[in-house]
Amino acid sequence: MSHNEQLCTFFLDGHFFGVPVQQVQEVIRYQEMTRVPLVPQVVRGLINLRGQIVTAIDLRRRLGMSDRPADQLPMNVVVRTDDGALSLLVDEIGDVIEVEEKTFEEPPETLKGMRRELIQGVHKLSDRLLHVLDIEKACRLTDVTETVAAVR
Amino acid sequence: MSDLDDIVKEFLVESYENLDRLDRDLVTLEKNPDDGEILKSIFRTIHTIKGTSGFLAFNQLGAVAHVGENLLGRLRDRQLVLDGEITTGLLAMVDAVRQMLASIEASGVEGERDDSELIATLTRLQGIAPTPVASDAPEAAPDKNAEAALPASIGAILMERAGVTQEEILRAAERQSAGDPRHLGEILVEQGAARPADVVDALQVQQSARVQASASDSSIRVDVGLLDKVMNLVGELVLARNQVLQFANRMKDTSFLAASQRLNLITTELQAGVMKTRMQPIGNIWGQFPRTVRDVALGCGKEVSIEMEGKETELDKTIIEAIKDPLTHLVRNSVDHGIELPVDRVAAGKDRIGRLTLRAYHEGGQVNIEISDDGAGLNVERIRKKAVERGVITAEQAVRMTEREIFNLIFLAGFSTAQKVTKVSGRGVGMDVVKTNVEKIGGTVDLQSAVGQGTTVRVKIPLTLAIIPALVVSCGGDRYAIPQVSLLELVRLAPEQARSGIEMVQGAPVHRLRGRLLPLVYLSRVLELAGTGEVRPAAGNAVNINIVVLQAEGRTFGLVVDEINDTEEIVVKPLGQQLKGFNTFAGATIMGDGKVALILDALGLAQKANVISERQDRTRDAAESAAGGKTASQRQTLLLFQTGAHGRMAIPLSLVARLEEFPRNKVESAGEGQVVQYRGEIMPLIRIAQALGSQELGSQELRLQELGSREDEGTTADAGRDRGEGPLQVVVYAERGRSVGLVVERVLDIVEEDVVVERMADRAGILGSAVVQQRVTDLLDVPGVVRAAHPGFFAEPAAAG
Repeated sequence: MSHNEQLCTFFLDGHFFGVPVQQVQEVIRYQEMTRVPLVPQVVRGLINLRGQIVTAIDLRRRLGMSDRPADQLPMNVVVRTDDGALSLLVDEIGDVIEVEEKTFEEPPETLKGMRRELIQGVHKLSDRLLHVLDIEKACRLTDVTETVAAVR
Repeated sequence: MSDLDDIVKEFLVESYENLDRLDRDLVTLEKNPDDGEILKSIFRTIHTIKGTSGFLAFNQLGAVAHVGENLLGRLRDRQLVLDGEITTGLLAMVDAVRQMLASIEASGVEGERDDSELIATLTRLQGIAPTPVASDAPEAAPDKNAEAALPASIGAILMERAGVTQEEILRAAERQSAGDPRHLGEILVEQGAARPADVVDALQVQQSARVQASASDSSIRVDVGLLDKVMNLVGELVLARNQVLQFANRMKDTSFLAASQRLNLITTELQAGVMKTRMQPIGNIWGQFPRTVRDVALGCGKEVSIEMEGKETELDKTIIEAIKDPLTHLVRNSVDHGIELPVDRVAAGKDRIGRLTLRAYHEGGQVNIEISDDGAGLNVERIRKKAVERGVITAEQAVRMTEREIFNLIFLAGFSTAQKVTKVSGRGVGMDVVKTNVEKIGGTVDLQSAVGQGTTVRVKIPLTLAIIPALVVSCGGDRYAIPQVSLLELVRLAPEQARSGIEMVQGAPVHRLRGRLLPLVYLSRVLELAGTGEVRPAAGNAVNINIVVLQAEGRTFGLVVDEINDTEEIVVKPLGQQLKGFNTFAGATIMGDGKVALILDALGLAQKANVISERQDRTRDAAESAAGGKTASQRQTLLLFQTGAHGRMAIPLSLVARLEEFPRNKVESAGEGQVVQYRGEIMPLIRIAQALGSQELGSQELRLQELGSREDEGTTADAGRDRGEGPLQVVVYAERGRSVGLVVERVLDIVEEDVVVERMADRAGILGSAVVQQRVTDLLDVPGVVRAAHPGFFAEPAAAG
C-alpha cells in the first residue's frame, strides 16, 4: 500500500467502507436490473452500462448483512476487475478521502456482522472506522457458489 | 531494432501464407506434373524465402530452402520428373521451413536443429553428389529464371523470351540515357536485336504482371483486433438503432420517423459490410486438406483424390477457426475408415482411387458443409451390435431404432466401430468431440450412409455468432431471448384447449403435437421463478398457453412461456465471470428499450429440465409413430377424408406432411401418371379412389380428364359430377425427401381417438377398419398405395413409414 492513498467511500448498513479510487470506474445512481435466475442471491442482476452488460453484486448480501429496506434504492459503484467491469451495490456514496498508511490496521478480531475475510483492514479516522474492502475477493463468488451448491 | 522486428514479422506472415499455398500446389503438381505455372509459383515461393532468410541471416533456413530450390530448378528445367518420392521430399522441406518459422516467431532464432539428413535427401533426389557449398552460401547468385518470373523490366523479359543478349540491351539503354527519346523496345527493333512481335509480346507480359501487382495493392492487412472492435461498435449501433426505432414509432413525428428509417437502412448496410470484413472463404481451411488426405492415404496404403466445391463460401472468422479441427478430423476419418483399400475397391467394382468430396454452400442463413466419400459406408448391423455390447442402448431399443438413429450413435462419446485402432482414428475419441465442437457454435452434425456407396457427413453452422436472430419471450415479467437456430415452431393453445391439450405421463406434462408426444418444460419452473404467472393446466384459468418448440441434441421439447413477443436481431454479449458455469444461459443482450435480457440456451435448459437424458423415450416414440396404424389399440390423431365410392377413410396424421390445394389446370402429365409442380419439384399424384381400384373411375381416360384437363378436353367432361369443381384436394406424403400427392375428394376432419384396428382380409391398400366417431372407417395403407402406384418411390433400401 502506497504512503498516501485515495479511497472512494460508501456506506453499508451504517458501516463506512472504502475502495481504492483507481479501481473505481464510475459511480452511478440506481439502474434498472434484469434478474438472473438460478444464480447465487448476491447477484442482484444485470445492468446496461452504455451497451456493456455488467453484473451487479449486492455488497450487503455479499458481506452477510441484512437486506436494505425495500424503499431504499442502492447506488452502483462500478469497479474494474481482471474480468471486466462489475457493479457493487451500496446504500449511499461518501466522499473520496485521502488516508495515511499509519492509520491502517489489520481487521480487528471484534469485527462482527460481516465477513472478515473480505476486509483488508481498517483506517482509524478521527471520528470513525473506515473498512477497506478487498475488491478481488468480494467479486470472486466461488465460495458463494460452493455454499449454494452445498445447500441444494 | 524494432524496424528489423517488423521486417521479420512481415516475412513470417508472408511466408506462412506462401507455405499454405505450397502444400496445396505440391499435391496438385504431383497429380499433374506437367503444369509449368504451378511449378513456377512453387519455385518463386521457395526462392523468396531463401532470398529473405539470407538477408535476415537465418542461415539454416536459407540452406534448406536452397537445396529445395535447386531440386525445383531441375524439375522446372525438365531434367527431372516429379514423382511420389520427390513430392515427399519437398513436403518434408516445407515442414522443416515451417518449423523453423515457428521457432523464429517464438524465440527469434531458428532453433537448434540438424537438417543435414533432409538436405542430403533433397540433394540425392537431384541426382547429383552433395555439395558442401550448398549450406555455406545460401543466398549466392540468385537464379536468373527466378528473377525473370517476378514482374520485370521490358529488357529482362526480352532477354528471357526473345533471346536478346544483355549487351544489346545495355547498348540500347546507353543510347536512351544519351538522349534518345524512344522506348527501349523501339531502339532494340531498330538495332535489329529484336523483332517487333517480340516487343509487343514482352509488353503484354509486363502489363499482365502489373495488373497482378495492382490487385495486391488494392487490399490491405488489418489487425483482427481492430475488426473485432469495429464489430462491437456496430453491435452497439444496432442496439441504439433498435432504441431509436421504438422511440420513433411512439413519437408520430414524420420527419423524425423518416430520419430514423434512414438510420435503420444505413445501420443494416453497415452491419452487413462489417460482417463481410470478417468473412473468409472456407477455402482457407480447406487448402490444407489435399496435404492431409495425401498423408493419411499414404499412411494407410490408400489412393484418394479430393474434390472441392464451393471453396468461396464465406464464413465468419471465428467460426472458421472453430470448425477447422472438427473438419480436419472428419476428413481424416473419411480417408482412414470410409474409403477402402485399392484391392477391395477393385474387387467391389469401383475405381481404385477413392473419391472424397467437400461441398460447402449457403442455405437459409446457415452454411452447409458436406464431406462425402465413396467408400464402404457404415455397417448398420455392426454399429447396432457394438452399441448393445457397449451398453449404449439395450438390445430391445436397438431393434426399434431407425437406420439414421443408429448412424448417429457414432457421435456418442467412447464409441468407435473401427476394427483396429490406427494412428488416426478408432480410439473412440473424435466423433463426439466433433459433435460437441460443432454444437458449441450453434451448429449440427448429421450423418448419412449407404453400404457400399459411401458416407456423407453434413455439418450445418451459422454464418456468424455475433449478431443472431432470436425469438423474444416473456416469463415471470422478464424477457428472454431464444436463438432462432434452436427454434422449431410455436404452438398456442386456447384456454379451452389447454385442459385437453396438456396431459400427464407419469407426472410429466406432455402435449400431443401431430400425433407425437412433446415433453413440456415450464420455463418458470426451470428458472425457479417463484410465484409468477405459471400456467397450471388443472387450474383452468382462461389464458392461452404458449409453447415454444425447441430442439437440442436432436431432442425436441416444448418450452411453456407466459408470452411470445417478437423476433429480433440481437447482439450476443458474454456474461461476466461470476455467471459462467450456469449453462442455462448462453449470454445476454440489450433489448430495444435498453434493458438487459438473458439469452436461453436450449441444450442447457433441456439438461436442467432432464428432458435430454430420456433418449430411450424418444426412440420409442419414433418407433411407435413409424409403425403408424399397425398397432392394435392406441390413441391416435387421424386425418379423415372422403374419397369416391369408398366413402370415409382415415390416415394417421403422423404420415401427413402437408395438406395442399392445387388448381385443376396445374396438373400435368408425365409418362403414365399425373404430376404437379410442387416447391420446385415434380410431385406425382395418386388418385386414392383409382388406386383402390374403384369400379366407376377405373378407366385411364376418365381419370385424365377428371384430374383437370377440363379446359383442353372439356367436351367429354361429365357435367353432372360435382367432384370436378374447385381445386384438387391433395394430402402430401413425404418419405426420404421425396413427396407424393394423394388426391382425395374432400378432407373431412382431424380427430383424436382410441383406435382399435380390425384387420380385414386382403384388401389391397387398406390396413384395416376402425370405429372413428361412431362410424366404421377404413384406414388407408399409405406406403402400400404409394408402392403399388409408383414402384420406384421406395427404390432405395428404406424402412418405409
